[in-house]
Order: sequence, then C-alpha cells, then structure tokens
Amino acid sequence: MTDSAMIKISNFNKTYQVGEQPLHALKNIQLNIKQGEYLSLMGPSGSGKSTLLNMIGLLDRPDTGQYQLQGENTELLTEEQRAQLRRKHIGFVFQSFHLISRLTALENVELPMMLAGVKPKFRREKASELLSELGLGNHLGQLPKQLSGGQLQRVGIARALITEPKILLADEPTGNLDQRSGQEVTDILERYNRNGITLLVVTHDIALGQRAQRRLNMLDGEIVSDTGLQANTAKYYGVNL
Amino acid sequence: MNLADHWLFSYQALARHRLRSAMILLAIAMGVSSVLLLTSIGEGARLFIEQEFSGLGSKMLIVLPGKKETTGSAPPIYGTTPRDLTIEDAHALKTIHSISHVAPIIAGTATVSNQSLSRDIIILGTNIDMFTIRNLTLKQGSMLPKNSESRATQVCIIGAKLAKELFKNNSPLGQWLRIGEYKYRVIGLLEQRGESLGLDLRDMAIIPVRSAQILFDSPALFRILLQLKQSEYETSTIVQVNKVISQRHEGKADITIISQDAMLSAFNKIIVAVTASIGAIAAISLFVAGILIMNVSYISVSQRREEIGLLKSLGASAKEVRQIFVISSLVITSFGTLAGLVFSYSIVFIIHANFPNIPLAIPWWSTLSAIFMSFIIALLFSWLPANKAATVDPILALRG
Repeated sequence: MTDSAMIKISNFNKTYQVGEQPLHALKNIQLNIKQGEYLSLMGPSGSGKSTLLNMIGLLDRPDTGQYQLQGENTELLTEEQRAQLRRKHIGFVFQSFHLISRLTALENVELPMMLAGVKPKFRREKASELLSELGLGNHLGQLPKQLSGGQLQRVGIARALITEPKILLADEPTGNLDQRSGQEVTDILERYNRNGITLLVVTHDIALGQRAQRRLNMLDGEIVSDTGLQANTAKYYGVNL
Repeated sequence: MNLADHWLFSYQALARHRLRSAMILLAIAMGVSSVLLLTSIGEGARLFIEQEFSGLGSKMLIVLPGKKETTGSAPPIYGTTPRDLTIEDAHALKTIHSISHVAPIIAGTATVSNQSLSRDIIILGTNIDMFTIRNLTLKQGSMLPKNSESRATQVCIIGAKLAKELFKNNSPLGQWLRIGEYKYRVIGLLEQRGESLGLDLRDMAIIPVRSAQILFDSPALFRILLQLKQSEYETSTIVQVNKVISQRHEGKADITIISQDAMLSAFNKIIVAVTASIGAIAAISLFVAGILIMNVSYISVSQRREEIGLLKSLGASAKEVRQIFVISSLVITSFGTLAGLVFSYSIVFIIHANFPNIPLAIPWWSTLSAIFMSFIIALLFSWLPANKAATVDPILALRG
C-alpha cells in the first residue's frame, strides 16, 4: 500500500460481551483508504460493518490496533481531541436521518458549524447555499416533519458536508427511502465523491453496493473480500484476475 | 459553540416543551418571589421603626435606673436597680444647660373604670415635657398642669380607644374616671396616632407624675426622657447626667443612658437578623425548585439521547454536551428569576400605591442573594444530569 493513504487501519480487534458469550465483532482488520476513493461495505447483519464504520468515524475505539487518520495516530487521543478530529474530517449520513425535529432544515445544516463556533452570518450563508445546491432552496425554513424522506436525507447530507470533511460515512443512506428518492440521494453522494470526497457506504442493497469502485465484504468480523486489495495484489503479483 | 448560540439552542429546546418549561419557570419564580416578599415584610418593619424614631427627633436620651456593667450588649429595657431614680433626680437634670426638656415617667398597670365599665391598662405618670419629647398632641381638652412634678392633681388625659371603650359615644371631657383607688377628672383626649415604640397610646391614660407616685405608692421612676437642645451635645450631656446623678446617689452613677442611635441600631440588628432568617426559610422553596430542575433535566437527557448522540457524531465533545445541558438550566433559571423579580417588585409597588400605610420594601441584599442563589442552585442541580448526558454513548443513542 502507498503511504498516501488517508486512513490506515491495522490489526483492529473489538470484542463485545453479549450475555455470557464474548462476541468478536472485529477480527484483525487491515484497511487502507486513499483520498477520493468510493467504497461500499457489505455483509449480513452482525458482520461488523457498522462497528467498523463507527471506528473509522472515531465514535468507537478498538480493543487493539492502530488507526491513522490523515497521518495522525488516533489511539492515544483524548475524547476532546477525537471530537475535534471528527468535526474536522468526518461527515456522517444516517439511515434514519437523525435531524433535530425542533430545528428548521437550515438550522439542522448549520448545527455542525454552530458547534464549531462559526459566526451565524457566515454559516447561514453557507448552509443555504449548500441546501440550494441539493435542490432544497425553497425548503430552508421548514421543519423536518414538513419534508419528505428524500428531502430529509438531502438535509442530512448537507449537514454532513457543511464542514467540508474529507470522508463521508454513510450508513444505509437509502435504507428508509423509496426507489426514486434513493436514486437521487445516491446521485448526490456520488457527485460529491467525483469532486474528491472519500465516500464509504455501508449497505445491504446489492445494487447500491455494486456501484462503488471498491467493494468490501464482511462476515463475522472479518473482511472476506476487498476488490481494491485483490486488484492491487493481482497487479503486484502480475496476475490478471 | 459560542454563548449566543448556546442560549439560542437551549431556548429552542425549552420552547419545545412549553408546559414543562413553564412549570420550572413557575417554581423558580415562586422561590425568588417568596424570598423577596417575605424579606420585604421584615425590611418594611425595619424602615417603619426607623421612621418612628426619626419622628421623635434625634435629640432624645433615655435614662434608666440601674447599670449593667457588661458593655457592648443590647441596651437593657429594664435595669436592675439598687437605688431608685426619683422625681427629684429628674428635677436636678434640668440644671444641665444642654437639656431642653426632662420628662420623668412612672408606668404601671391599673384598673380604670367608669361606672360599670372597666379596663386594665397602662397608666403613665409624667409631665408636660413628655408631650414635647414624644411629639404627642391633644385632640381636645387641655394639657397636664404645669406643676405635675410637685402636685398630685387628680386629672388625666386618655387615648381614643380608652375613651370609646369607657364612654361610648359621649364626650369624656370633664367626666370622672376611677383609676385604682382614686378618681381623676378627664381633661384631655390624645390625638389618635397609633402605636409608638411599643406603647399603644390609644389605650392609655396619662396622669401627673406626682399623682402616679401616689397611685402606685412608690417614688421610683420607670425612666426619664431627656431632650437635648442640639443633637451634637449628646456625648457631653451623657457625662453631665452621670455627674449630676452620682452627686445625688452617693457617688455612684447607677443609671443607664440610652441614646436614640444605640436603640435604633439595636432594633436594626435584631430585625435584619429576623429578616435574614425569614429569607433563609423562604429559600427552601428555591431549593425545591432546584430539585425540580434536576428531575426535569434527567427526563430531558433521556428524551434527548438521540440528539446527544447526533451532536457527538457532529463533533461535540463530552464537555460541550455537558455545557449544553447546564446552560439550558441557566436559561430557564434566568427567565424564572426575572419573572420572580418582576412579580415581587410589582406586588410591592401595587401595595405601596394602594395601601401606603403598609410598610413593605424589598431589601437590596435579598434581591442579590435570591438571584445568586437561584443560579447556584440551577448549576448545582443540573450538574449531575448534564454529566449523564455527557457520558451518553453516541453509537447506542443513534441506534435508537
């Protein structure tokens, strides 16, 4: 692998205690992701996809293993420092949107910048620009309950993008949407990926998963296939797979 | 997150649960109001007394028989007396130049009766100077005779209530009253002035001091009131009074002299202490409001778990989440405190406007301490729930 990888994960292990049985959620994960890559992470429920996503998003810590984000080692960082790093580099898109119901679309999008202490005028401008870009220019002042599923997810994406993160982590972004809205959301995510953002999509949807250039499959806490790795390995060994 | 954003964010969250926020607001407002209104009664009493004293003029000294040797304590109302103070002692004090009026006083209770009606009341034996010193005026009739100190004339001046009780609607002037075993002719009626320094002048009879000596069969004076020509003479006069009395009492100045200031400050100290303790009791309601804040904050934390998880995933640290919840309590507390202040001050203002006789005043120190306390309580009681919020696991919270 090259040193230019923005995410370097080595030897990740995580065990949860479920009842009396220890559950090995992640087993010896190795994963390097380069800037601008488009990855899908698939696998059955309980295979560790979400756990891995949360680790990459710095919401969770592995029991053992190293994680370098943009060249910075994250294992020894305090919670405060991890929050800073998350704010700076990472955008989350959730299956159930997680918008705050009392806040308007605009205020929801502003939220990450508000937490970062950006001045109201500046962040308001930026949020409304971004929402207009996503086709929600007429819905700025509406509350989540007044918006459709596709619109809600677009607000969610705008919120993830407003801090200009390097990585977009999407956990089943189309899971709660109908076919057409799902397609719209996928298009938006891929458009931003083409503009340079690293996109990691966790999904059950095979059609969505197949769209990614690099496809990872997980089973019982292990990455059982990685098209990127196979291609590289194949190149390395001069084998045409 | 900057402070303005914090306030806005909290405000939006509070506005979401209108009824719940209104209840906390009410609890805090009630706590603040109870502190302010209860202390305002005490403060009102203090101002009332201060006003009463200033009505007397600041030129009065009170001479009591007996001397307490321990200094620094509150002035005694009754001294223990080895040697009586007499009318002659009072007379001797008139030789002091800086004194303008001297009123010897004998006080005691006796049964006063007019035919079948009778009452047990306080009888004051004194002279004309008493009226000047205490600013007493007559509504009808004439003053005590000028020779009250030498002759036991059988006359009396009575208060309005006593007159009404014993003579009903008839004029008491010129009528005979029986006090104890003697008969007195009513020559004057006091102007109704209400209570003055604990003496209800409406229900009292004033007779010449010499007559009182006979009535109570004792030469001992209850006290002597002195009025100075100018209040600056106070210190020098006290020295002189002691000198005159010690000459007359075999070298011993066995008297206690209380100045107006000493009395006023003693009263002040007592009332401020009482007011403060009333305020402290009222502060219990603020404490209860604090417990309500804690309860509601806990509910709020569990209801907003998903939001907390979201905020963390958006880059909020545990510290920032804690701040959000603490500031949310502070926001509601500010509104509650403000409501309490507005309410209490309005009540006092309205009472003042409609019933100027009722002395009410909110002391500045209780206003400050009520504000201070409500914020301290808000901080204290929101700390634990806020800590709980800070430790919410974002992954679990977002899973829903």
